[in-house]
Amino acid sequence: MTSTVTRSTDMVVAHKRREARRPAATLILIAGAIYSLVPVAWVMIAASKSPGELFSTFSFMPGTGLSGNLSDLFAYNSGQYWKWIGNSALYSGLGAALSTLVSAMAGYSLAKYSFPARGVIFYGFLVGILIPGITLAVPQYLLMSKIGLAGGPLSVLLPVIISPFGVYLSYVFARAAVPAETMEAARIDGASEWRIFRSVALPLMLPGMVTVFLLTFVGIWNNFLLPYIMLSDQSYYPLTVGLYTLLSKGSGSPQLYSLAITGAALAIIPLIALVMILQRYWRLDLVSGGLKG
Amino acid sequence: MTTTTSSKVRESRGKSATRHGIAPYLFAAPALFLYVAFIIIPIVYTMWLSLHAYRIEGGGSILGNRVLTWVGLENFASVLTSSSYLTGLKHLAIYGIIAVPSMLGLALLFALLLDTPGVRARPFSRAAIFIPYAVPGIVAALLWGFMYLPSTSPISYVTEALGLGPVPFLDDPGIYGALANIAVWGGVGFNMIIIYTSLRSIPNDILESARLDGATEIQLALRIKIPLVIPALVLTGFFALIGTLQLYNEPATLTTMTNVVGQTWAPLMTIYRDAFLTDNLPLAAAASLTLALATVAASAIVLQIANLRRRRQR
Repeated sequence: MTSTVTRSTDMVVAHKRREARRPAATLILIAGAIYSLVPVAWVMIAASKSPGELFSTFSFMPGTGLSGNLSDLFAYNSGQYWKWIGNSALYSGLGAALSTLVSAMAGYSLAKYSFPARGVIFYGFLVGILIPGITLAVPQYLLMSKIGLAGGPLSVLLPVIISPFGVYLSYVFARAAVPAETMEAARIDGASEWRIFRSVALPLMLPGMVTVFLLTFVGIWNNFLLPYIMLSDQSYYPLTVGLYTLLSKGSGSPQLYSLAITGAALAIIPLIALVMILQRYWRLDLVSGGLKG
Repeated sequence: MTTTTSSKVRESRGKSATRHGIAPYLFAAPALFLYVAFIIIPIVYTMWLSLHAYRIEGGGSILGNRVLTWVGLENFASVLTSSSYLTGLKHLAIYGIIAVPSMLGLALLFALLLDTPGVRARPFSRAAIFIPYAVPGIVAALLWGFMYLPSTSPISYVTEALGLGPVPFLDDPGIYGALANIAVWGGVGFNMIIIYTSLRSIPNDILESARLDGATEIQLALRIKIPLVIPALVLTGFFALIGTLQLYNEPATLTTMTNVVGQTWAPLMTIYRDAFLTDNLPLAAAASLTLALATVAASAIVLQIANLRRRRQR
């Protein structure tokens, strides 16, 4: 933190001293920004086009159908779109919150205690990072249907709570952020281990946990294959699966294409806002520093 | 940590191991339970399933019961000789050769530009390039799909106005670049931030003294910055590789827009078909395991190369 601050003031000084401007470099960077923004701009504009305009007018020409598209979207299957948004928010919010807590506890345990099974557990989680979550989706579905949970919301909520990468990040952060002396002092004062975790360790680990929460939240929100495999009832669908079904039905009718586009435009606004607002709380040095340690 | 604190830690650890015997297990218990339930057991079950196959017993092919029978490695042999899995892997290889280097190259380039004094519009560009991270893969594929589709593409609109005809994004060779572009678009911002945070941790006095010696920003980037952020590059390369082998969302979305991308374009799509459409779970299980093994092997190779390089530098 402190090094970042000194670095940026140094840069201001250096900038003033040299007054060097780099137009070519600036142009490349802005080209990157435009490349990143163009499809987002396109979907916002396309959402304003009526189904007839979608295929007939120039891509970046705003249309006249925005309110029509929105009311069509909200009316689709008697308001199913809101249900999908609600489901996505529920799966991502609750899933990420539980996942962060579970990861924080496990990471703290591995970083701050030494106990006989520690090594085995630690390397078990490390191997878990390498196993692509998505190849587990099919066997997870089979097990879920064995215990009768497949098709219900629990079948998409439970598997996402365990995140080996989240455990690993929490471990890295707990190791750096929680001093053993503070824990020992709390022990001398007679605090229980749970109380030390809750009142001493957790507040110190908070910045790292925000990062883990956000990574998990975005990961679950953007997840497609797991809910696509697990769920068959449309009223449990998250947004990604809902939009996909709209799109795959839309192959024949521009009407449904318009709905999918409007739905996509509306769906990405809150997530972009969330990521932008929370960007300053991210500690992604946690991720990049991970392999060095 | 100083030596006094570390000896204190060792002392208190020795004590806590006895005094707080079960506390660490209790803290790790929820994660362990979920890990076993949703990762270990599915893997073991997949292994078991992959060594079996459905056989019809008694009553002919219609009335007979489907029974799981031990078949050894037969399913793995079918996966490795199946034309849909092999062409799927070929597709992934071509796609990966385009996607992974472009993703890392652009992420590194943008991160270095963000870290270069004198470059304008840095906060804006940083936020803009990061925005696609918030867009789900399905939606990204939908957006780009319409940008590719001749009837809605702004690029083809321009080329057609010039009398050149639409750009064949969704035809055979074009599709690889088109799919890679979706992945690059979605992933470059996140990787850029990872590399950028790593660049920020380089001590400023190293850079300043090189600047005083007359090094240009390009020399600084090539000789000091890039070698120092190799761990971050390895990490991002690793994520990009895993992402390549798990490719599903983007081609699956494009199947609705072009005939070039079929139901079995990527291995994961074939796994889905085998498991849920043709109901051949054992084959899908064997294919899942093969894909997971390929991922572990590929990551091991990446990490090994990174280690070799690091050792050579020392």
